[in-house]
Amino acid sequence: MSSLTIGNEHAAPTTPRAKVIQPGWVRTVHWINAVAIVLMIMSGWQVYNASPLFRFSFPASITLGGWLGGALLWHFAAMWLLMVNGLVYLTLGFATGRFAKKLLPVTPSGVIADTKAALTGKLSHDDLSKYNYVQKLLYIGIIVVGVVIVLSGLSIWKPVQLQYLTALFGGYDIARYVHFVCMAAICAFLVVHVALALLVPKSLRAMIIGR
Amino acid sequence: MGRLRSLLIPGVDKKLLVKDAVKAMPDLARRRFIAGGASLGALTLLTGCDVSDSFSADTLLAQISKFNDAVQAAIFNPYALAPTFPESAITKPFPFNAYYEIDDAPDVDGKAWKLEVRGLVDNKKSWTLEELYKLPQVKQVTRHICVEGWSAIGSWTGTPLRDFLKLIGADTRAKYCWFQCADAEGYNSPLDMETALHPQTQMTFKFADEILPRAYGFPMKIRVPTKLGFKNPKYVVSMEVTNDYKGGYWEDQGYNSFSGS
Repeated sequence: MSSLTIGNEHAAPTTPRAKVIQPGWVRTVHWINAVAIVLMIMSGWQVYNASPLFRFSFPASITLGGWLGGALLWHFAAMWLLMVNGLVYLTLGFATGRFAKKLLPVTPSGVIADTKAALTGKLSHDDLSKYNYVQKLLYIGIIVVGVVIVLSGLSIWKPVQLQYLTALFGGYDIARYVHFVCMAAICAFLVVHVALALLVPKSLRAMIIGR
Repeated sequence: MGRLRSLLIPGVDKKLLVKDAVKAMPDLARRRFIAGGASLGALTLLTGCDVSDSFSADTLLAQISKFNDAVQAAIFNPYALAPTFPESAITKPFPFNAYYEIDDAPDVDGKAWKLEVRGLVDNKKSWTLEELYKLPQVKQVTRHICVEGWSAIGSWTGTPLRDFLKLIGADTRAKYCWFQCADAEGYNSPLDMETALHPQTQMTFKFADEILPRAYGFPMKIRVPTKLGFKNPKYVVSMEVTNDYKGGYWEDQGYNSFSGS
């Protein structure tokens, strides 16, 4: 008699429950990363202003730290958040098979077809658990950029202790440009990423409550 | 309501669940702290305002900077040499950089100048420039990296600091060599002993084979190619071997104290 009740209780909730699109660990590392990347970019702009690579500086109102010393404190604090969180993400991404399942395969023909569909407004967002080819390419791309920005940052920070890494980037001065270009790529990604999340609000909801 | 119900776990008593949840809740002070932290972060993100005036943010960042000192000391390899370059790679003109204009740079009289030696050393005698020039010298062409981000390659010639420390019988188990400079504002900077003993750390008397010009720190600069530029003091007047952390001109204002390259 008791086993019957238990059986009923177990069966009841499975039917109306929507499937989880973004598991808890993905949501957690996503939002930690969001905070870390904003802190890194805003403090990084202030650091850039101390010795600009190009003929422009970032307005003080969008930078963090107040001055070079303050910005470096933020930058070298948030880097731990970014690196540790990033390593957790990469480890779990590979270990759980999420990367293989969600991001592969990427075919050139698929990317071209989905780009066309996106530009003509025909791209479907019915199944958020499946990424289209443009998404796959962008997400793989931003993971690679994330790895390169950390490595180029390390080679600027430690050009003696990690001199082989610095040499890999073509030396200290070039590593600074690589670091800057990666930042610009992340900013460009963020514009598209945030705009699309707002255009397809259920994707934002999935990243908050999972479903 | 339907969504709320779906959040509940079947077979779990709602009342007991609430009781357990309340028990697990942090106390009021803790909750206030978390709320305060959250709004501080939110303020930063939304407005880009400088929140480093805030006591808690300042304290936390200073603690992380100390942690970063320890991390850098741990990964510092005393045998790893800074890359060296051919003379053709030297940056010309080598930039003058300080917190003052070049006309305000210390103008030291080399004949009257003496290097004062203090602290945990056997021989505390002061050294004239003439005496120091007699010590064996080596040349290095290395990259100077400024905390601001720019870099320049220069040629420095002088006596390895570790040879001098040996000569004066310094206690090399001490934690720091603390340098003071002739600047009106009293520039100073601590150098950790492991870096002081690094083979490329140098008491520099020449730049590009010429007696060190005023712009680059006459009569003596400490050249440390494994540190950022501000840890390479110019116009040095004294050195103290000490176990005490005595702070530094820029270090006290918030630059990371280790600042290793």
